[in-house]
Parts: sequence; structure tokens; C-alpha cells
Amino acid sequence: MFGFETVELSRALTAMTLIFHAIFATLGVGVPVLVSTAEFIGIKKKDPHYTLLARRWTRGYTITVAIGVVTGTAIGLQLSLIWPSFMQLAGNVIALPLFMETFAFFFEAIFLGIYLYTWDRFKNPMYHWLLSIPVVIGGTLSAFFITTVNSFMNTPQGFEMEEGRFTAVDPLAAMFNPATPTKVFHVISSSYLTAAAVLAGIAAFIILMKKGSLYHKKALKLTVMMTFLFAILTAVAGDLSAKFLAEHQPEKLAAGEWHFETEEGADLVVFGSLNENNVVENAIRIPNALSFLAHGDFQAEVEGLNETPEDERPPLWIHYMFDLMVSIGFYTLGISLLFLLFWKMKKWNEFHPLLLWGIVATGPLSMLAIEFGWIFAEVGRQPWILRGFMTVAEGATTSPYVFSMFVLFALVYLVLAIGCLATLRKIFKGKPAELELEHRYPQTAAASKEGDE
Amino acid sequence: MSYELIGISVLWLFLYGYLIIASVDFGAGFFAYYAKVTKKDHLINQLISRYLSPVWEVTNVFFVFFFVGLVGFFPDMAYYFGQSLLIPGSIAIVLLAIRGSFYAFENYGSKDNHLYMFLYGATGLLIPASLSTALTISEGGYIEETANGVQLLYGELLTSPYSWSVIFLAIVSVLYISAMFLTYYANRAGDEPALQIVRKYALFWSSPTIIASLTTFIALSQQNTDHFQRAIDLWWVFGISVGFFMIAVFLVYQGKYYGWAFLAVMFQFFVAFFGYGASHLPYLLHPFVTITSGVTHETMAIALIIVFIAGFLLLVPSLILLMRLFLFDADYVKGKK
Ligand code: HDD
Ligand code: HEM
Ligand code: HEM
Repeated sequence: MFGFETVELSRALTAMTLIFHAIFATLGVGVPVLVSTAEFIGIKKKDPHYTLLARRWTRGYTITVAIGVVTGTAIGLQLSLIWPSFMQLAGNVIALPLFMETFAFFFEAIFLGIYLYTWDRFKNPMYHWLLSIPVVIGGTLSAFFITTVNSFMNTPQGFEMEEGRFTAVDPLAAMFNPATPTKVFHVISSSYLTAAAVLAGIAAFIILMKKGSLYHKKALKLTVMMTFLFAILTAVAGDLSAKFLAEHQPEKLAAGEWHFETEEGADLVVFGSLNENNVVENAIRIPNALSFLAHGDFQAEVEGLNETPEDERPPLWIHYMFDLMVSIGFYTLGISLLFLLFWKMKKWNEFHPLLLWGIVATGPLSMLAIEFGWIFAEVGRQPWILRGFMTVAEGATTSPYVFSMFVLFALVYLVLAIGCLATLRKIFKGKPAELELEHRYPQTAAASKEGDE
Repeated sequence: MSYELIGISVLWLFLYGYLIIASVDFGAGFFAYYAKVTKKDHLINQLISRYLSPVWEVTNVFFVFFFVGLVGFFPDMAYYFGQSLLIPGSIAIVLLAIRGSFYAFENYGSKDNHLYMFLYGATGLLIPASLSTALTISEGGYIEETANGVQLLYGELLTSPYSWSVIFLAIVSVLYISAMFLTYYANRAGDEPALQIVRKYALFWSSPTIIASLTTFIALSQQNTDHFQRAIDLWWVFGISVGFFMIAVFLVYQGKYYGWAFLAVMFQFFVAFFGYGASHLPYLLHPFVTITSGVTHETMAIALIIVFIAGFLLLVPSLILLMRLFLFDADYVKGKK
């Protein structure tokens, strides 16, 4: 295996680990927010339905967290194993947030442990709810810290470079680089969105399959409401991210939008294809919309890809990643809004099967959007690993064994995925919420049976 | 004290923390499986799972903390270790991944799944073995730097007496520490049948531990004479460690003061571990990286140290809370909660 191939394999291995980790990391950041909200509503309304919701969500969450932790440990070690030169150089500047992230995990892990095993240990349920706050904070902070590291790779700052070594290091400036605000905002809001959408999808699915009880209907209303809220936040954050790109990483935006010539009043190209001369065909063109997306002004000038030297241009297929992500964003926003409208309109049935199937789809789709978004962001940084300072090829290991490791990890992730699904099935199969409700809160169960009729 | 010395001391402290709590966890997994095979699981597995359930994740974080901190403080280590440890490191990751996830699967999903328990028990011994490779390599003689980059010499590693003695030491220490802890925990829980079993384990594994330590010492004298010489200069430190060892074993043998016995075990390893670490310096990775050549920038070092301290202030209270709720809450330990 020659140097070139090792780099490709290293990228593939990193991509595989991160794509797998992102599923669990996203849920790890988002689900605590929903658990905490449900428990709080349960206490305030004295409605055990919500408390049970929080309990059951947490039970599933323990499994996904476990995989988040082990795959996170994998990526943490792999960063050094696969990108030793990159870590040697960048470690000097960006070690601080990477290190703080471990504190955030520590904090989260401790309180999650306590939270899990203390449901019935306090007289005042508020104390138990308070324990969920550190879990939420820990998860969100870890997303914050790790995202600053990724931001640094996109817009490095906080050092001077002399003879291939960093000098005059300023860790805080490195952490709070230009990419940080928008990236953090978008990553966190999209994690919350995805967790809400996944749980909404599950609730809708159960209502479709088993007709669902009052418990599931409450779950659906709560989660769709939160989906809507976070979908707005995500879209706003995504729009800000595009404006950030236009200013600081124009080549990524240009490649993602197939925007070659610098021009004013640029059109937004949606989907379509490229012919051999890089001319866009079959696309939907929204006049002047790219200028608006990039600068908030329909007439503004947007830098084209031709300004970037040819060997520094990212691959053009990331266009589809961007479009798919945005389409899913608007779909999620639309369908959750529709549900809320139907719900508020007394005459309309918000539990219409078509609408419910639409909501079921938001779960897997938003998870896909997370993956598309990351692939867009990461591949859009190519050929750089540290934009402007180090290319991917310079950062990679020279070890000849990357391919074997790729196979090994592919197997491991397969086993983990199967184990995760099997265990989740085992936890919930044959233990419907109704039974548990009757067992734990007999009075509410009796009352809600009447309510169902 | 210089920054790099503070840095390495704190990191060493975390590695020590990992050594203790991970050993308890790794060994417990092995004992749980062993008890199942020998049909004694009804006696001790309840006890083991009551302790492990709330803390398994915390264990892992200690490890992450150590390696992220090491790479942060000494970025050169990322280069040398990263280049040379791709295979052993990946194997360790895979074992950790299997262990962590299957523990969760077992604990929250399929109770008493035989395969899961086997994986949990086996990885408990294999992980210390694979992680200890990193310490072995740091003695020098196992990697070479050529024009093509840094390479690990697998032949040297697999045929070296030192490397095998370290692996042996890692495994027996895990079983010894774990059995000592479980003895203390069983006693607190007032679980007499379990106590009898784990106490036997503890006594059984004590002599291999001391034998393995001596063998490792002797093998070190072959592998890295300088380090061996520096260790001999610190002979009194290792003497104190042996003293604590004798106290611990004596107390357990007498069947008294199990809490003190476990504290003695902790001191035994604390002293030996810091003695080993101190004699290892100035090299982090012989002969490529020393603490002064490999250290990060001063501003970063200061920032990291500030975060260490802030983090400690955050973590110590949370850890104390965790321990009060599970480890030292008599009702919980006894299984009443
Ligand atoms: C549920 C997931 C989700 C949804 C619905 C959206 N995004 Fe997104 N997007 C992400 C999940 C995501 C992400 C996974 O969080 C990314 C990857 C890297 C990052 O910073 O966030 C991302 C990156 C990302 C970037 C690149 C940022 C960078 O590289 O610095 C832009 C410009 C957008 N998004 C814009 C949008 C717009 C205009 C959306 C319209 C609604 C949108 N995203 C919906
Ligand atoms: C969890 C969400 C993330 C996902 C799904 C993700 C996805 C990807 C993908 C698909 C690639 C491969 C790009 C290519 O080969 O062309 C990649 C590369 C990489 N990512 Fe990310 N990424 C994520 C977050 C991060 C973060 C937070 C960091 C920083 C610590 C990071 C560091 C890297 C590195 C070092 C590479 C290899 C170099 C490269 O190919 O650019 N990633 N990632
Ligand atoms: C933006 C993308 C990412 C997000 C949102 C994210 C978030 C998370 C979450 C929520 C967990 C579970 C921790 C817990 O619940 O205790 C986790 C684990 C972990 N992640 Fe990621 N992560 C991301 C990418 C990365 C990358 C690129 C790295 C590598 C530096 C990384 C390193 C880790 C480590 C080391 C753990 C395990 C920590 C432990 O042992 O508890 N993460 N991550």
C-alpha cells in the first residue's frame, strides 16, 4: 500500500467511525432535553403519563449512551492513531477544548448514573428532576467543546506558524474562532431537533400500529411541539452557518451550491446535475436566493469557486449533501407545523394516518440530515485537515495496517448496531407502556382507559 | 515545580485513579463469570452488579481523561504513540467497545446472557494486557524511526520477557485489587457467604502479585538499565509499597478491618506507581520524548492546569455524591434500595 492509498483508507476509517458515532452522539445530546422536559411537565401537571414517558425514554437512552461512550472513546483514540502528525501539530493549540470535553462527559456520566438509580429515592420528585439538569448541561457542553475543535479545523486561528511549528499559542482564541458561534448553534439545535423527531416518530408509529392510548397521544403532542420549535432554531442556525461560510470559507459554500462565477444576485441551484463542462443541468433555480442565503441581501455579490486554486477545491458532489439536508429541514418544519395546525383546529383529525406516517418519517430523515450535514461540512473542507495549514495527506499515519483496522472496526460497529437494536427490542417488547402504567400508577391507568373511549 | 512536572503528575494521578477503579471493574467481570461457571453465581453476582451498575461509565471516563490529557500536554506523544500503536491501540479500543456496550446490553436488556457475561469476563483480562503494551513500549527498544516514519517492532515486542512480565503483572494486579475491594464491599453489605468466597480470591491472588512485581523488576534490568538504576535509587519507595502489601494481606487473613485493608492496597499501588513513574522520568518515551522536549506551549500548559483545577472542583463533589449514594449508603449496599 502506497502513501496515497493509506490516506484514502485513513479518511474512510475516520468517516466510518464518525458517522457511526454521530448517531449516538446526537441522541446523547438531545434526548436528555426531552427527558427533562417530560419529567418536569409530569411533576407540574401531576400527570404520571409524562413521568412514565421520561422513565421509558431514559431506559432506551442508557443503551444508546453506552454505544456513544464506546464509539466516542474509539474516535478519541483514533484521532491520535490515524492522524498522528495532525494531532502533534494541532494538539498544541486545540488541546484545551478537547480536554474540557472529557470533563463534560465526566460530569454527565456521574449524574446519569445517579439519575438512573434514584427514581424513587426522594420524597420530593423535584429533587430527582434537578438531577436531570447536569445531564442536559453535560451533554450539551460536550457538543459545544467538540464542535469548537471541528470549527478550529475549518478556520484555524490563535497561533503563529514558524518553520512548521506553532508559536505564540492562544488557546482561547483558537477555541473561539470565527466558525465556532454558528457551528455550535447549528450542531446543538439539530441534535435537539433529531432527538425530538426520533421520539415523535416512535410515538406516531405505535399509534399507527397499535392504535395507541392516551399515553402515546400525549407523547406525540409533546414531541411534535418540540420538533417544530427546534426545527425553527435549526433552520435559523443553518442560515447563519451559510452566511458564515460566505464570509470565511467561500469555497465550501461555492462548491456546495455549484456557484462557479463570482456574481451579484446569484441564483440558488437546487439539485440538478453537472455535464462534462461543469454546466448545471436539470436544476431548479431560485433567482437571487443564493445571494440572500449568503449575505441576507438579494443583490449581494457571492464569491464563486473559480476564485479558488484548482487543487484546493472541494469535491462538487457535496452539493447533494447540502440540498438533502436543507430539504429534510424544511420537510420537518412543514410536517410538524401541519400537525400543530390540525391539532388546534378542532374539526380536523391530527391523528390521520397519512399525517402520522409523515411524522414517522421525520425520525430517520432527521438522522440522515445530521449525516448529510456532517459529510457536507467535512468533505467540503477538503483537501485541508487544518484549512490553509495542513492537508489531509500530510496529517495521516504512514502505518501500513490501516486497511485491516478498517475491516476490524466495520465488524465491530456491525456487532454494536445489532446488539443495540436487539437490546432495545428486548427492553420494550412485551412491556407496553399501558401495562407499566397500571403497575406503577393504577389510578391514572384506570382514568385514562375511560378517557380513551 | 515546572509546568511539565505538574502536568505529568496530574496525568499520572488520573492514570492511577483508572488503575484502581478499572481494576475493580475488570476483575469483578472476571469473577462474575468464574462464579457462574463454578455455579457460585447465586452467592456473589448480586453483590457485584449492585456495585458496578452505577459506576461503569465513570470508569471509562478516567481513561479518556488520561489519554486526552496526555496528548494535550505532550503533543509529541500523539505522534510517536499514534504512529506505532495503531494495531495494539485499535485492539484495545475494540475490547473496550465490546466490554462497555455488552455490559449495558446485559445489564439493561438480557439478564444473565451467558455469552455477554463471557465477553465481559474475558475482556476484563485482555484490556489490561493490551493497554499495558503502551507502558512497555515507553521503555524503549520496541520502536524505530526511519525515513518512512515510526514503526513498531512486533518481533521484539512479542519475544521480549519484559513485555510478557508486564502483561502478567497487569492481569494479576487486576484480580488482586478487585478481590480486595469486593471483600471490603461484601463485608459492608453484611453478606457472609459472598465474603467467604471473595476473601479467598483476595488471598489467592496476593502472592502472584508480589511475584509478578519482582519478575517485572528483573526483566526491566534487561530492557532498560538506566531506568532500572533510577528505580534502585528509589528502593525505599518500593519498600514502603511492600510494607502496605503486607499490612493488607495480614488484615484480610485475620478477617478484620477490611476497609483499612483496601486502603492499604490503594497505598501499595499508589506508592509503587509513583515510584515507577518518578524513575521513568525524564523520559516519557525512551529515547524519543522527554518531558521537557515533548511539552506543549507554556500558554497551553497554564490553560490546561487551570482547567484541571476547575475540573477537580467540579468533579470531586459529584464523585462524593455518587459514592455517598451508592458506595457508602448502607441500605443501598445491603440491597434494600
Ligand atoms: C437535523 C439536522 C439538520 C438540518 C435539518 C439542517 N442541518 Fe445544516 N447541518 C447539520 C444538521 C442539519 C449538522 C450535522 O449539524 C452540520 C454538520 C456540521 C455542522 O456544523 O452542522 C450542518 C452543517 C451545515 C452547514 C455547513 C456549516 C459549516 O461547514 O461550517 C450549512 C451552511 C448548513 N448546515 C445550513 C443548513 C440550512 C440552511 C438548513 C435549512 C433548514 C439546514 N442546514 C438544516
Ligand atoms: C459527529 C459528527 C461528525 C461526523 C459525522 C463527521 C464526518 C466526517 C466524514 C464523513 C469525514 C470524511 C471526509 C472525507 O474523507 O472526505 C470526516 C473527516 C474528518 N473529521 Fe469529521 N465528522 C464529525 C465531527 C468531527 C469533529 C467534531 C472533528 C474534530 C475533532 C472531526 C475531525 C475529522 C477529521 C480529523 C477527519 C479526517 C480528515 C478529513 O478527511 O478531512 N470530525 N468526518
Ligand atoms: C459534533 C460531534 C460530536 C458530538 C455531538 C459528540 C457528543 C458525544 C456524546 C453525547 C457522547 C456520549 C457521552 C456520554 O453520554 O457520556 C460522546 C462520547 C464521546 N465522544 Fe463524541 N461527539 C462528537 C464527536 C466526537 C469527536 C470528533 C470526538 C473525538 C475527539 C469525540 C470524542 C468522544 C469521546 C472520547 C467520548 C467518550 C467519552 C466517555 O468515555 O464518556 N466525539 N460524544
